[in-house]
Amino acid sequence: MSRILARPTPAAPASSRPPQRKPTSLRLKRVARAWQLYVLLIPSLVYIAVFKYWPMYGVQIAFRNYNPVDGFTGSPWVGLQHFIRFVNSYQFSQVVGNTLWIAVLGLLVAFPVPVVLALLVNQLQSERFKKFTQTVLYSPAFISTVVVVGIMFVLLSPRSGLVNNAIQLAGGQPIFFMGSPEWFRPVYVISDVWQNAGFSMIVYLAALSGIDPALHDAAKVDGASKFQRIRHIDLPGIMPVITVLFILAIGNLLNVGFEKALLMQTNLNLPTSEIIQTYVYHAGLQQAQFSYSAAIGLFNSVLNLVLLLTFNWVARRANQATLW
Amino acid sequence: MSLNTEPVAAPAPVEHPRPLPKRTMSFRDKWADSAFNIAAVTILTLSIIAVVYPLYFIVIASISDPSAVYEGKVWLFPSGITLEGYQRILADSRIWNGLGNTVIYTVLGTAISVTTILFGAYALSRKDMPGRKFLMLLFVITMFFDGGLITKYLVVRDLGMLDTVWAVVLPGAVGVWNLIIARSFFENTIPEELREAAQMDGANDFTFFFKMVLPLSKPLIMLMIMVHVVAHWNSFFDALIFLNDDTKYPLQLVLRNILIQSDVSSAGTTGGDIESYAAAQRIGELTKYAMIVVSSLPLMIALPFMQKHFTKGTMIGAVKS
Repeated sequence: MSRILARPTPAAPASSRPPQRKPTSLRLKRVARAWQLYVLLIPSLVYIAVFKYWPMYGVQIAFRNYNPVDGFTGSPWVGLQHFIRFVNSYQFSQVVGNTLWIAVLGLLVAFPVPVVLALLVNQLQSERFKKFTQTVLYSPAFISTVVVVGIMFVLLSPRSGLVNNAIQLAGGQPIFFMGSPEWFRPVYVISDVWQNAGFSMIVYLAALSGIDPALHDAAKVDGASKFQRIRHIDLPGIMPVITVLFILAIGNLLNVGFEKALLMQTNLNLPTSEIIQTYVYHAGLQQAQFSYSAAIGLFNSVLNLVLLLTFNWVARRANQATLW
Repeated sequence: MSLNTEPVAAPAPVEHPRPLPKRTMSFRDKWADSAFNIAAVTILTLSIIAVVYPLYFIVIASISDPSAVYEGKVWLFPSGITLEGYQRILADSRIWNGLGNTVIYTVLGTAISVTTILFGAYALSRKDMPGRKFLMLLFVITMFFDGGLITKYLVVRDLGMLDTVWAVVLPGAVGVWNLIIARSFFENTIPEELREAAQMDGANDFTFFFKMVLPLSKPLIMLMIMVHVVAHWNSFFDALIFLNDDTKYPLQLVLRNILIQSDVSSAGTTGGDIESYAAAQRIGELTKYAMIVVSSLPLMIALPFMQKHFTKGTMIGAVKS
């Protein structure tokens, strides 16, 4: 549930150090006085050193031919060979294309839904209906990905599933949803909205509750309709939150939903369901091509970082809220 | 200043000194507003149905005669009530074993994560700790760039953790988001004056943290515990890549193998329609419905209790520190 979002407090650049440097002995004294705080920090530091920075250091195997005996640094250097092999492979355009499709479709469809839901829920007059709606809509977020995909398989089953029973009742032919490449994307995105829209809505509701009611009262006096107030008060009021969440969504564009895509994969829908990260999983962990798949993973991370930096820059140019 | 109430309450409604002048909305605008209300309630009601109906259907299908489900006779009410699906689950040792493993991983993993996060976040919340900004940067960087799946796997393998409980509880132990949320909670709720007063009385940082800060941070601790319990209960991927021994599989991985993999393997065999095979298939489907219910039930029951804390958690995070 790391989706609970904070507006991150970016670590400021080094420019904010005090104007005059204190003498070294004094600074050492301050460090010594805070030793207990450093002790508290040790477990977290050890954690990121071992499970974040060590793998990051190991990414160099993307430029080597990794073998377990020589390890991360001793394996022979091969430069960009793995990247070139990936770009020239027949899977390249398919895998990258599938990833972008899922990511962009997810962003266009799944991102606006919680905003709209929050604006609507916020307008409800009855507190009880408001609470009820909120609880119901966000409950699917607590169902595991495995179970959600399991639900898809049983409900969309061509033999006995609810959806196909309904289709047959209406006189249609049953559809093998989980085995058709053309159905993978719609099913993926719709189930994503079904599961997560309610939970994402909470953040926007929290932002909406921070809008000064006096603005609404003043607008009412001026004769503004509900729709106009949403358009001119609520929406601008939560715009900073929307922008920050949007940038973060962009930054995670190529990472989200990997586990779900992996679970939804069948041999039959692979032409659309194989995305960069599932490909890394198959090539790397199932076929033990460590260096090759690490190179693909690195390609993915760098692409992600570039997207994030670009959109943050765009947002800053547009004078919107930014991450830093 | 109250310390143990909600750390970040929404701004109190602004009281108007004078009653507002009468609204000056025209008839047309009032009509537009009620049309809007009707549209909003309709959309939300439809959304609620869209969320609830699939879950409701699974519950009734799990206690219905599988043939009735198969023939599409079950829509709103169960038909030909049977508990065979549940009986089969109760008799399935894989499920029980998985459940036991999940409980172990959840308890151990949550304990490790919450302790590490609370300790680290408190240190990082202290503005008088030299090097704080640099240390924070070390954490933030990992949010935007990571080494990827393969190197993570190799590190865990090199540490000799494959096929052990540590591979499930350690690699994802500290989420930087959670660390930031905890840090802003401490920054916003623990006033510096309190610490100065305690120091004046001779308390060192450890005493202050354990005796004052932690007791004042119950809402945060509850939130962190719940976030991690839910995450561990629902996770399968680390177990999938780091565990080979299927007696160590957590519940979600067992579920995945039964709910999803078994369907894949039988997906191509729609044609061969021997009667007994079909019957076995239907019982299999019934068991799947029951399995979905059983595995989701604990969190769904706990949800009303957890909701308050999760909403509060969103508030903690939403406030800029």
